[in-house]
Amino acid sequence: MDDPVLTVQSLTHFFGGLKAVSNFELELPPGVIWGIIGPNGAGKTTVFNLITGVYRPSQGKIFFLKQDITNLKPHNIIQKGIARTFQNIRLFGNVSVLDNVRIGLHLNYNSSIWETILRTRKFSQEEKKIREEAMELLSHFNLCSRWEEKARNLPYGEQRRLEIARALATRPKLLLLDEPAAGMNPKEVDALMELIYQIRQEFNLTILLIEHQMRFVMRICEHIKVMDFGETIAEGPPAEIQNNPKVIEAYLGKGGIH
Amino acid sequence: MKFWTFFKKSTPQFFLYSLAFYLIILLLSQFNIISGYPLLIIEISLIYVILAASLNLINGFTGQFSIGHMGFAAVGAYVSGTLTTLIWKLNVDQPIYQTVPLFVVALLLGGIAAALVGFLIGLPTLRLRGDYLAIVTLGFGEIIRTIINNIDYVGGPRGLLGIPQLSNFTLITIFTVLTLYVLRSLIFSSHGRAFISVREDEVASELVGVNTTRYKVMAFTIGAFFAGIAGGLLCHLIQIAHPTQFGFLPSFMVLVIVYLGGMGSLTGSVIAAFLLTILEKYLLPMGLQALSNWTLPAFGFQVGVEWRMVVYALLLIVMMLFRPEGIMGMKEAKFMMPEEH
Repeated sequence: MDDPVLTVQSLTHFFGGLKAVSNFELELPPGVIWGIIGPNGAGKTTVFNLITGVYRPSQGKIFFLKQDITNLKPHNIIQKGIARTFQNIRLFGNVSVLDNVRIGLHLNYNSSIWETILRTRKFSQEEKKIREEAMELLSHFNLCSRWEEKARNLPYGEQRRLEIARALATRPKLLLLDEPAAGMNPKEVDALMELIYQIRQEFNLTILLIEHQMRFVMRICEHIKVMDFGETIAEGPPAEIQNNPKVIEAYLGKGGIH
Repeated sequence: MKFWTFFKKSTPQFFLYSLAFYLIILLLSQFNIISGYPLLIIEISLIYVILAASLNLINGFTGQFSIGHMGFAAVGAYVSGTLTTLIWKLNVDQPIYQTVPLFVVALLLGGIAAALVGFLIGLPTLRLRGDYLAIVTLGFGEIIRTIINNIDYVGGPRGLLGIPQLSNFTLITIFTVLTLYVLRSLIFSSHGRAFISVREDEVASELVGVNTTRYKVMAFTIGAFFAGIAGGLLCHLIQIAHPTQFGFLPSFMVLVIVYLGGMGSLTGSVIAAFLLTILEKYLLPMGLQALSNWTLPAFGFQVGVEWRMVVYALLLIVMMLFRPEGIMGMKEAKFMMPEEH
């Protein structure tokens, strides 16, 4: 087996006295689509926030491509090649669709302030490349015709797609999707699955996603981890998870036939 | 390239309009159509353009609520004023080729000193947001003022007197145009989009790889630099640098200009700076003077000249009711945006 893209070792995080995540372990092989599921408040998004450096873990270590990223700042982690989307979409609402993606591309270009002010040749060429790349990314997501629109004026589904496009602009190796299918109807979910397969292929991505819609998770993920109250209660391929009594209990509650 | 296609591009247009503005005012003043007080008002308006545009970088584009902008101007004014007045002892009778270069150096040093202070004030902004940041910047502005008040060398509460009148319409215009040029180059670039992303959503911005810390401190440093230059120009225009010039009320005026013009619009700052300066220094005193002899019959009290602040407040209320995004909102005039590449 290839070296894992992401290794998380006994990750634990407290909010005050509350143990939000406890002893979370993960070894994510390259090129896979894995999922984390669990009821509300299970600590799924907290895991994402810990991986991307929004919170500093109370205990545990996180390695990305064998490098320790546990205590790095978010922008440094993004620079190393992790990108993410958010549960409740966080686009830059007052700027254009194009600019949203161009901000994501910001990392890969390095004209200095002086070159920017003086508008040197290097700067112009870079701006041109940024624009071209951004338009190309938008075309992947069928957003080309919308490039001038303010991001906040897009319909919900397009905002979701734009957020993924913006994340890909940072040229990640690992993409973390936080509830990508939230609020979508079955038809849109099918399209989203198609899109996720397609970008994994094209951008050589490893994908880790959080999701609530079982139909979606069961079909797209190769391997699932189930969390409840910060603990990992089960993991394995979708078929196994579906029939795991602990998982059913976490979702539906105790009872049934005794 | 044909002449007119060249001027269809926005950067040549920007300089062309600036030049046209300069020549028209110069011509009018040569023929004494505009001279004395009206010309002074135009010069002060231009200085307020620098102040408002640079505050807009911090408040409007980067979204950091700073309200002590005149504190930076004070640093610039006192540093450049001290250099020209107390150290180099320049005076207007000396030939221009001696005074002007030194004056420009003094202005730049004032700007750099202000930028250093801006850098220091930028540091706490890493932890503070919104109202808390506003209070800290206000406090810093007051600290600067109090420090100046207590330095005897620069006159203390008396102010720094006898500053040579080295600012003139030409120099002020040049610095204003340069400020606007630098700011528009910065804002419409990869760096500028990073500033704006901090305003839009700091967390999301950090998570698409923008070093938000760096950009916040940078906004304060650059904003303060230009405020320092504006302060230097101002004190060499009215020939005095006085602590009260740089207190909260003038800072508030700059803030009102930024809001009135539109947060995140350089064009708006330019328009509002002229509008408000002319209103404050010219129309309002005139209007209130005319009114001051007229007594409100029903209440029996006189309308005084000091009702300026009331008009300010009314203006803000009316704006908030009818056009909360300011005159320009976030839009720019075409010549204020560099051409896309």
